[in-house]
Amino acid sequence: MAKVPVQFTLNGSDKAEFVDSGTTLLHALRDKIGDTSPKGGCHQGTCGACSVIIDGELRLSCLTLAETCNGATISTTSGLSESGVLHPLQRAFLDTFATQCGFCTPGMIMAAKVLLDHTPNPSRDEVVEALSGNICRCTGYEPIIQAVLTAARSNSQNAA
Amino acid sequence: MAIRRGRGVAAINYPTGMNLGGDPTQALVHSTPTGNFMVTLSSVDLGQGMKQIMAQICAETIGVPTDRVVVDTADTDTGPHCMGTFASRGTHRAGNAVIQAAREARQVMLEVAAEELEVNASDLETDGQGNILVKGAPQKSISIFDVALSAHFKRGRSISGRGMFLIPRSYPEKETGAMKPSTCYAHACTVAEVEVDDETGEVTVLTVKNVFEIGRALNPKMVEQQLVGGSWMGISHALYETTEPYYPNRDHGGTDFNQYLMPGPGDLAETEIIVLERPSADGPYGAKGPGEMCANPQIPAVANAVFDAIGVRIDTLPITPERILRALKAQAAN
Repeated sequence: MAKVPVQFTLNGSDKAEFVDSGTTLLHALRDKIGDTSPKGGCHQGTCGACSVIIDGELRLSCLTLAETCNGATISTTSGLSESGVLHPLQRAFLDTFATQCGFCTPGMIMAAKVLLDHTPNPSRDEVVEALSGNICRCTGYEPIIQAVLTAARSNSQNAA
Repeated sequence: MAIRRGRGVAAINYPTGMNLGGDPTQALVHSTPTGNFMVTLSSVDLGQGMKQIMAQICAETIGVPTDRVVVDTADTDTGPHCMGTFASRGTHRAGNAVIQAAREARQVMLEVAAEELEVNASDLETDGQGNILVKGAPQKSISIFDVALSAHFKRGRSISGRGMFLIPRSYPEKETGAMKPSTCYAHACTVAEVEVDDETGEVTVLTVKNVFEIGRALNPKMVEQQLVGGSWMGISHALYETTEPYYPNRDHGGTDFNQYLMPGPGDLAETEIIVLERPSADGPYGAKGPGEMCANPQIPAVANAVFDAIGVRIDTLPITPERILRALKAQAAN
């Protein structure tokens, strides 16, 4: 079958790929483009490890077809740091020990980023709601919730 | 119909590692030409932080900063023998092996330094910052960087060491069946408070207060991280998780995350963790295994709290709403 051309912006750079029709965005990102920060956990939309941001919205890349992303702006965890300086969320995840095996971390960080982009000072309940689509097996979630609240605080301090 | 409250307590002791046919772990340590140290293991870091702990143990033993140590967990085809990362054995078994290997490497390092400084190796000490000093005369010193260069290019020495830790196989006594499967036990105690809705059978864990005795906490923040996550897993085992809800019948067993029930970030109990440190005699720098142990005491504590709340014992895990309602029905029938 003929390949389908796909063009989008990934973390600020233009990307163009030929993919098989029906290829998921997760597969295209990891195996075609080489951005392995979105993780393939369940491949059926229940674990959140593959979460990416498409045009400002949190999306599951395992359930998104690459060919539907033409012209889209996509962000992944690998594009968060700037000139070697970690994003406040990445910094907070490190400082609060919110990661163990690390497999859920990129999805958690993407989910948290969308939350903080829309709600810079979220309540604990809002953080819980934002993370509720992401599964973590190691931490018991509390350190992750604290990391997001910490990042929100450091953002508002920087803004002040 | 009412919400009923209960409180339960449970205490456990838990072996560090298991011992079926003897339990060995081996480690190799060697220096690079620039005086960094490499630890080679077959043990696996599952995310619990084994590499960090082994780097700390090696650094402490040799006398260098932790960031001068690189840990390679390689694989079982190429690395020194390790039984594996399970049964809370990683820190204890591999840690002891790394200490032995690092001591041997340290001895060679001091011998080379002694030749360079023209003193006796037994008169040397490390400052933990990457230097070797003459005891009582610290102005006479040499950097480990220079010692490694000397060993590699001048003295023809390999600054390296071999480590082996073996818990020998324990055979049961014929008369009593008694045996010594483990040399080192961690301990924990949990108090859980629950609410049980006797109409829906739903259990909510309000608080868990845990005390863990884990030997020495080699990295306190990482130990806390293990214990917080483990406490949550214990509650999950008590109330939610099973692959075989009608064991031994596999029917209705979850096959994916849609069907396999795990608590999410909205289902957390208020959790308290207290760490008691009683260094173990045969642990690396006194450490025991906190890994699996920390997810155990919550299970009987929650079961006891449910008993306290509704007056019936649920003796099958997980304690699902269905089991609660069936137990209440049987209680009413009696």
